[in-house]
Amino acid sequence: MVQPRAERLMNLHILLLGARRFIGKDAIREACYPEHARGPAGDEAFERAFERDKDALRQIGAVIEVGSADAFFDDEIGYRIPTEQTSLPEIRFESDEAAVLGLAAQVWQQATLAKATGRALAKLKGQGVEIDPSRLEVVAPAISADEPAFEPLWDAIGKRRQVSFPYQRADETAPATRRLQPWGLARSSGRWYVVGFDVDRGAERVFRLSRIVGAVRATGRSGAYDVPDGTDVREIARRLSPSYPSVRARLRVRQGTGVGLRRRAESVAPLDDRPGWDAVVVEGPVHELSDEVLTYGADVVVEAPQSLRDDVVARLRAVVGSGGVA
Amino acid sequence: MTAQSGDTAPDQVARLLALVPYLLARGEVRLEDAAAHFGTDADQIERDLRLLFMTGVSPGLPGDLIEVDLEALEGDRVIRVDNADYLARPVRFSPAEATSLVVALRTMVDAAPTEAREVIERTLVKLEEAAGQDGEGLLRLHVTPTPLESSAVVPVLESALSHGHQVEIIYHVPSRDRESRRVVDPRGLARVEDLLYLDAWCHTAGGDRAFRVDRIVAATELDTPVADPGARARDLTGRWFTDAETTTVTLRLAPPARWVVEYYPVTDQRPGPDQTIDVDLEVASEEWVKSLLLRLAPHARLLAPAPYAEAFGAAALATLRLYEDDGVDFRTTPST
Repeated sequence: MVQPRAERLMNLHILLLGARRFIGKDAIREACYPEHARGPAGDEAFERAFERDKDALRQIGAVIEVGSADAFFDDEIGYRIPTEQTSLPEIRFESDEAAVLGLAAQVWQQATLAKATGRALAKLKGQGVEIDPSRLEVVAPAISADEPAFEPLWDAIGKRRQVSFPYQRADETAPATRRLQPWGLARSSGRWYVVGFDVDRGAERVFRLSRIVGAVRATGRSGAYDVPDGTDVREIARRLSPSYPSVRARLRVRQGTGVGLRRRAESVAPLDDRPGWDAVVVEGPVHELSDEVLTYGADVVVEAPQSLRDDVVARLRAVVGSGGVA
Repeated sequence: MTAQSGDTAPDQVARLLALVPYLLARGEVRLEDAAAHFGTDADQIERDLRLLFMTGVSPGLPGDLIEVDLEALEGDRVIRVDNADYLARPVRFSPAEATSLVVALRTMVDAAPTEAREVIERTLVKLEEAAGQDGEGLLRLHVTPTPLESSAVVPVLESALSHGHQVEIIYHVPSRDRESRRVVDPRGLARVEDLLYLDAWCHTAGGDRAFRVDRIVAATELDTPVADPGARARDLTGRWFTDAETTTVTLRLAPPARWVVEYYPVTDQRPGPDQTIDVDLEVASEEWVKSLLLRLAPHARLLAPAPYAEAFGAAALATLRLYEDDGVDFRTTPST
């Protein structure tokens, strides 16, 4: 009968927990992995399962120490989980603080972060903390992460593994594969960014998760690099985000149309020489204004600046001329 | 690759290693109470305890066997656990757990009203200490919530929607720079690109209205049920639609236009030539498709239906004519 993995993990945990000396791999295999017979195939299966299980226990919070299992020969590697370092320090919470903890459980709308928060709270509950969010008149922010890239990047950050992914820059026509040692994630203005060391560019870089257009693949071993001390992902994201220069645009907008533009306009005034049209002045990044103006079709014309006007005309010509219309 | 939802083996072990200290500290706990405390059901706790019962039975494992009183569990549905003193303390936070909890609180500090900040910061300090000296055990994750993400309005609207209740809102109209108080029947929330909208029947205006949620200053759920509980939310993507019949359109998207897949209800997608993708969208308005194609120009082609393509072509040409009529866009070299 094959023992369930959860049972094996529990056994491995209690075998190593509080052990005074390092326990050798062979002893671990005998006690917890009886299903893997001796021999090349069984050895390999055991090694794989043991690696995965150590990883799982570490994810749960256990500190696994590695050392020599033999007093006279240091070639036999052994393992143990020191009780003190692995145990949660005793924390006492006032009732209002416990209420804050309950609210924290509501913040993450992303499955992995929500689950990790739930596990952390369960540990506090194990210490006897009574968590009750209803006692606090505060609304917890609701933070989501719908981008498929979030999950594998977060995993890679935890393991410090290098990743590669296809990335579509706004100003390029085709995605390019980027290789990154991810340091951390930052969310700003409702968007997620990953910050890290771009292996090909040899420098720190920021990528927007919504522009990662394919699978994020982790490559190589865990713990492959160190995150530089004092790395502040928010600061790097802010510093390296491509900031598109904002322009002030003068538009011609047909009266009764362009509600969205009018709503945030600096000024709206009827055009004397063109009945039925208003002059509308708005501010924004060139590429965003270009998209927005086009949305309104023949109801909006760019008068200035010339760069924006050229961009809109070029895009229209491209569809009219090249068969952008099928 | 662990499953995103559902209970994996490490999940179960993690819960068990928190459950045991809780049980040992209390001596005797009702199954239902334990389930409520850990936010799961009694069956799951029972499965956890049966796993605990099997723990340590293999030869070569140290210590006494953990005793789980299965009779008390099946009979009185009471949990008694013994001989598990070496599991009396919960396992410390893993980096991912500590980070998720600490960053959740940091995000709350940013969003909280001034009077609530003190208690959140107090809680945060204790957690950061537990996470390791100087937060060394933390991964790098930072969130600056947007006003909408930290707004109290969305939970109120969601609650009213689920109860079928009316809502009183205070709505800010920037163009007139004033606030109006309205009673509305909420029908649905819809995200259109980066903005969230509330679709509702507005009793004050006597008509269908779409409200930008980030401009709703305050919302209160009323006890009164909505007038027409069967009313379906309109499709708010683009222009305001009625519940008209929809048409399937097929677009070929080049990479810069791929975001469409994230934002609109795409019913099918297939790879096209040269890194393009072909997507099918259900749309209720030709107008809207035209706007979308103009916005995406020249990175999207309309493959079907043909009449929509003609309308789009005509719109693009009409727009271009307006520029050409100005007479300044026929330069062969751009002005500097």
